[in-house]
Amino acid sequence: MRTIEDLIACASVFAGLTPEQLELIAGCGRNDHADAGAFLFREGEPAERFYLIRSGSVALEVHAPGRGQLRIETLHEGDVLGWSWLFSPYRWGLDARVLEPSGLVVFDGTCLRGKCDSDHELGYQLMRRFAGLLMERLQATRFQLLDVYGNAHAAR
Amino acid sequence: MLTQHADEHHPEPGSRESMFPKPFEVLAARQETPDTSTLELKPLDSSEFRFAPGQFTMIAAGGSGEVPISISGDPGDPRILIHTVRGVGLATDALCAARPGEVLSVRGPFGAPWPMRDLEGADVVVAAGGIGLAPVRPALLSLLAGSDRYRRLVLLYGGRAPAQLLFQSELEAWAERGLEVLVTVDSAGPEWLGHVGVVTRLVNRAAIDPDRTVSLLCGPEVMMRFMAAALIDKGVARSRIYASMERNMQCGTGQCGHCQLGPTLVCRDGPVYRWDRLEPWLAIREL
Repeated sequence: MRTIEDLIACASVFAGLTPEQLELIAGCGRNDHADAGAFLFREGEPAERFYLIRSGSVALEVHAPGRGQLRIETLHEGDVLGWSWLFSPYRWGLDARVLEPSGLVVFDGTCLRGKCDSDHELGYQLMRRFAGLLMERLQATRFQLLDVYGNAHAAR
Repeated sequence: MLTQHADEHHPEPGSRESMFPKPFEVLAARQETPDTSTLELKPLDSSEFRFAPGQFTMIAAGGSGEVPISISGDPGDPRILIHTVRGVGLATDALCAARPGEVLSVRGPFGAPWPMRDLEGADVVVAAGGIGLAPVRPALLSLLAGSDRYRRLVLLYGGRAPAQLLFQSELEAWAERGLEVLVTVDSAGPEWLGHVGVVTRLVNRAAIDPDRTVSLLCGPEVMMRFMAAALIDKGVARSRIYASMERNMQCGTGQCGHCQLGPTLVCRDGPVYRWDRLEPWLAIREL
């Protein structure tokens, strides 16, 4: 049986952390499973956790009146879901809907923030990794905003 | 060392064949998406039309003007010329509106093709965006026809929305024949169960072995820049990435100079370029 520490050790987001740091992070995690259609969180709810997707997929969506649920991005095996737990006011900005039965490691954000407050090296290492994720997704979102497959002539 | 411009088929620049359009009859027209149609054409003289994957023709419907369109058909079947055209203006709208029995004028094929021979033994990663799947379709068909000559065949395809994805039924058929097909769209409603996100995000999903990968890119120039950067970040050498470029091609034979890109002419020296040669010119904004 693999421990939480084993599960997170092979995730790219935690690559390069020491065994002690992995142990601290794993101490705030638990294994979980979610069925297709379930919402892991909804916009506006308190953000007290984040997820490492072990298997399956999860969609980030926003509800727009008159347009229904709009799917912004899908996340898959190995992806981290959620960073609102890390920054005040700790509220989710989007809905997260499970698309297919998914295996997850769920991390208690409050627990981990507390460990980061008392161990600044852990906090720095974790912040570096989440800042990298934020940059990657911000760049992807900017690319999405370019609408490169649209009809450039029609837009003029 | 990867070489370029193998398997070329094109008329001699300035020759009668290159300058005079040949009449082709529309055998079939199929609407792929709301603004994109595929035309199956046959020369009126029933001659064969041989081309290499990645080449284009100069094609016109009536008096609406001649435009460069990449060939999207099977290079193994020289009886039929296939073009997939997106209507974005007068000339391309007229092509999209062409119906069976109509006669179109065609010159070509022109241009430097994908380096098919240099792909043998490699992990071939084809990355296409939007209408860019059409110009790589001949390469994909050729790769699948000789799939035992390649270590791995992967298609990363990004589109604007599910309804605007090209060749949807073929994507499934290609997957059954051994092509690893990863598709994503920039936005979708809840009915879409596939990936949502930009096409570069698929690079992480494809588990690329950078030392064995050769990549063919085709799509909007911005998309190709982002995709090349993502592949280079993964360790793929610039000399193992090829891109199909688009410029204002008019004569198709390197005579008029309208499609100049750096010291090259896209109609003659391209449209397929090796990334290490292309990249410095893309950094010059006036080009």
